[in-house]
Amino acid sequence: MNSFFERRFVILGIFIFIALVLLSRLFYIQVIDKSYFLSASNNVLRKKIIYPARGVILDRHGKILVQNEPVYDLMVIPNEVEAFDTLEFCRLIGLDKAGFDKRFLKAKNYSPYRASIFEKQISAITFASFQESLQEFKGFYVQNRSVRRYPDSLAGHFLGYIGEVNDAEIEKSGGFYRPSDYIGKTGVEKAYEELLRGQRGVENLMVDAFNRPKGHFADGKYDTLAVAGESLVSSLDIRIQQLGEKLMQNKVGSIVAIEPATGEILAFVSSPGYDPNLLVGRQRGKNMSGLFKNPYTPLLIRPIQAYYPPGSSFKPMDALVALQEGLIQPNTTFHCPGGYRAGNHWVRCEHVDGTTDLTKAIKMSCNTYFCYVFDKLMNRNGPKNIRYAFNDWRKHINSFGWGERLNIDLPNEKRGLVPEDERYDRIFGKNRWRSSTIISLAIGQGELLATPLQLANAECIIANRGYYYTPHLIKSIGNRNIVKPEFQVKHQVGVDSRYFEPVIEGMQQVIESGTAVASRIPDVTFCGKTGTVQTRGKNHSVFVGFAPRENPKIAIAVVVENAGYGASWAAPIASFVVEKYLKDSITRRPSGIDVKRYMSANLLPMLPGMKPQDKRTKLLDSLKVLKKDSIKNKEKIISLKKAIYLTYAKKDTARKAGIAKPLAGNDSLKNKTPARPLAKPLKPAADGGRSRKDTSKVKPKVTTGRPIQGK
Amino acid sequence: MKDQRSLLFNVDWVIILIYLALCIIGWFNIHAAVYDPANPSIWDMDTNYGKQFVFLLGAVILGSLILLMDSKFFNSIAPIFYGFTLLLLILVLIVGRNVGGNQAWIPIGSFRLQPSEFAKFSTCLLLAKYLGTNNLKLNDSKTLIISSIILLIPMGLIMLQPDTGSALTFTSIVFVLYREGLSGYFLVIGVLFIALFVLSLMFNKFLVIAALLIIGALAIYFNKRNRNLITVIASGVIISIAFIFCVDFAYKNVLQSHQRNRIDVILGKIDDPRGQGYNLNQSKIAIGSGGLWGKGYLQGTQTKYDFVPEQSTDFIFCTVGEEWGFIGSLVVIGLYLTLLIRIVNVAERQRASFSRIYGYGVASILFFHFFINIGMTIGLVPVIGIPLPFLSYGGSSLWSFTILLFILLRLDSNRMGFI
Repeated sequence: MNSFFERRFVILGIFIFIALVLLSRLFYIQVIDKSYFLSASNNVLRKKIIYPARGVILDRHGKILVQNEPVYDLMVIPNEVEAFDTLEFCRLIGLDKAGFDKRFLKAKNYSPYRASIFEKQISAITFASFQESLQEFKGFYVQNRSVRRYPDSLAGHFLGYIGEVNDAEIEKSGGFYRPSDYIGKTGVEKAYEELLRGQRGVENLMVDAFNRPKGHFADGKYDTLAVAGESLVSSLDIRIQQLGEKLMQNKVGSIVAIEPATGEILAFVSSPGYDPNLLVGRQRGKNMSGLFKNPYTPLLIRPIQAYYPPGSSFKPMDALVALQEGLIQPNTTFHCPGGYRAGNHWVRCEHVDGTTDLTKAIKMSCNTYFCYVFDKLMNRNGPKNIRYAFNDWRKHINSFGWGERLNIDLPNEKRGLVPEDERYDRIFGKNRWRSSTIISLAIGQGELLATPLQLANAECIIANRGYYYTPHLIKSIGNRNIVKPEFQVKHQVGVDSRYFEPVIEGMQQVIESGTAVASRIPDVTFCGKTGTVQTRGKNHSVFVGFAPRENPKIAIAVVVENAGYGASWAAPIASFVVEKYLKDSITRRPSGIDVKRYMSANLLPMLPGMKPQDKRTKLLDSLKVLKKDSIKNKEKIISLKKAIYLTYAKKDTARKAGIAKPLAGNDSLKNKTPARPLAKPLKPAADGGRSRKDTSKVKPKVTTGRPIQGK
Repeated sequence: MKDQRSLLFNVDWVIILIYLALCIIGWFNIHAAVYDPANPSIWDMDTNYGKQFVFLLGAVILGSLILLMDSKFFNSIAPIFYGFTLLLLILVLIVGRNVGGNQAWIPIGSFRLQPSEFAKFSTCLLLAKYLGTNNLKLNDSKTLIISSIILLIPMGLIMLQPDTGSALTFTSIVFVLYREGLSGYFLVIGVLFIALFVLSLMFNKFLVIAALLIIGALAIYFNKRNRNLITVIASGVIISIAFIFCVDFAYKNVLQSHQRNRIDVILGKIDDPRGQGYNLNQSKIAIGSGGLWGKGYLQGTQTKYDFVPEQSTDFIFCTVGEEWGFIGSLVVIGLYLTLLIRIVNVAERQRASFSRIYGYGVASILFFHFFINIGMTIGLVPVIGIPLPFLSYGGSSLWSFTILLFILLRLDSNRMGFI
């Protein structure tokens, strides 16, 4: 045997010692130190958010108004990026080097370890060519989502648009939204956001060392599916919406059509409009600021946000109130000598109607007749008690849905204005006003202001003989035929149905043989009322009506700003829309008017600094009219925008002082603002009004208490 | 017939069972490491685990053949084996294929032969023959020098490839030399040098030298009566200082940058889990995330999804750690330790010195691989690319370890006879 036999124990001791060292180290990192679990998860787990398809919106016949189109967001995790061919990369997604560097730096500053969006909304075509090379660009990957697409480029104001959430919206949602999520900003998109957005899904993906997806974690046990948003069936009729938008192109104004029996909105045109596709995709910001800068304010939702005096279209309501109060009978007559003397001023009627009854008064739009009616309404308890009579009248007008929001299912609806007695106290001094002072209300001028939606709703009331349903845009949600309960409530206006017939008779006469005879639709009993609204600059052309007389299917209000007589523009446009809706075609009119002429007419008002050739006619593109000059005349346009804003916002303030103050810092308005209401002699009747008196006209602008002849 | 029965009776079945257990654990873990859910068959011959199965069959046949050989054959063939291996090691420098910076493989058809793997057992055999035949003890310098030469020639040739990991394997033979009479001081000095090596790299070398001088001065002061000791201490300090400068020089000029980095990572001088420290960091994450019980067979994400490099060869232990947890690691380490203890016991029961010395050689080489390989996956030693015996994927390493072990088994089965 060997003399060094005992050395085996030293060697075995070393073996055992080392094995114990290894085991204790393993025990430490495997059992005691838990941080490695997290590191391992960070290595392999990638949380991928699955964006649900936003709900589509259909028209009342199931035609698509807005749908989704896939796009791809390019994401980057800066720390995972390895050297690659930057030039090729830039070429593939259409970037320059500077843009690349900027984005990369931004992503790196956000977080080197977490994914952030490198480039938003790459189209499917770009993505296809990029995808082939994606393997070469480590650290980059794509996340698909969808954008809105409007196949017919219609109804932008109605549908609204979506945009990235801002901080306030994130906070309001209680963390539901995360930065760079999309949310409805206006229109139906906003009003029905919670139904349209659907539910996000999460995929817990595993990736390998090269960031290639390797399937779902725990076989998808912790994954959630994305639930697509509800599809909404809107009440809109795509045929008349399209026709309406074509008729209104190169004009400023609105068309609102409502189904009287339900309150469903059939057409909702705000002009100038815009192609809703402009507010989608990578050019959105640029387009948005273009729209914002446009002096014709295409982003204003005129049907619910623009105020107009109703003008003569108010006369049927006047008559209904007087009939209900028993102050006139259908056969009550007044004598029209061609005008009405109200105190020390003269409201001119355009024609000498002689002895006039209600039907004839409506048919001929006799100013004199309605001034008498209004006088009777105000002075029923004697001139001293005008306040009570006025408030009664005001209550009636309120019950027609004016002066309050109708609560349509769209955000940012405006209330309109039915003046209060205090307002006149402020203007004229307490108890220092009489029926003659406010006589312009009789013919829908003065302080009375309504939105086109309210105008159309008033026609629903007349068509229904005394009630209305809240106008609304969405018929049903998803496959369920849900109508919100608040849209099924019948609102009575407090006028007996028997009083409507003589008024409706007059309205039918308007079309049959009255002011709007040129707009008569063959085989349709169309009832309506024209309005020519005096305003600063050229008159607004207004028409309200409904058809057919029995069992009305459509009530409509059309406003064309600065266009002239109600009969010349608004009435024909309304008749085309009504005819299209009822008969699905437009026949040649006995009067010879032609729909094409109305589509191609350019009635855009001249704005300060504009040359005539700037009013270019383009299909559905009136918003681009001033693009070049909008930069050159930036200052003027800004001042104009300011003027419009101030006109709306500061009107009350101005009135408080009893005068409409010249707005500081705005030359174009300074000279035009009347110094004092009622201080001027009555203006002669609009002289056919085609000739432009000045070029510095201001858009929907209401003159204060300026009695003007309506028609 | 009588011979055959006695062979089956005399062969050490404990070692064989452990060997088979380790091989099968290795095979399953290779399967898990390169597992592809799209292609789950374990028999696919295009994959590592498919090939490893073939290597396993080959190894079993190879082992059986060795057991059938005459035990005297290994003694007499040792110098020829050694010479042949040296030839191969020279040949690989000329015609070898360069894989991953090492010119270590000789291509033979589709198969690649790694001569350094075979150098391990041929060196052991020659050393055993040299020391055993003459019943030499390593207490004289001539024997020590000749033994060192036997070790250093293949080591030097392997260094030229340069395959530092395999070359370092030969340092484990120090256990054999110790068992055969090498002074215990060499072990102590070896450990001291390793400590000095680590210290001089971790701290400023002048700081370490200053500390050495102070310790030396104090030691001399307290032993001023003992002149011999003073000489020893003084020369020790001088040699240490020289060693520190050598280390410094070697670290800066001899080591390749990746080796420097590996050392720096393990010493904590580099904290770069995404760059230099990537391998080690991912390896630790894999093992650490296994927890106590592991994630389960084929459930490891770290290894399956390629986060761990060389996961079926050098880093195969990561799969064990991740999928079988601490319990699995304990079993594997337990098997190795049992194997090592058993080999030492087997070696000690030999009547022939040749067999005993060879047995210790086997134990030393397996121990070195076992310690360095597992140690590097958990960050105890620098990353050195050597396989884990019987577990790592690869024909050359499996077969060379099989040959190494089965020669011992064959020698052991004949332990009652004389060689």
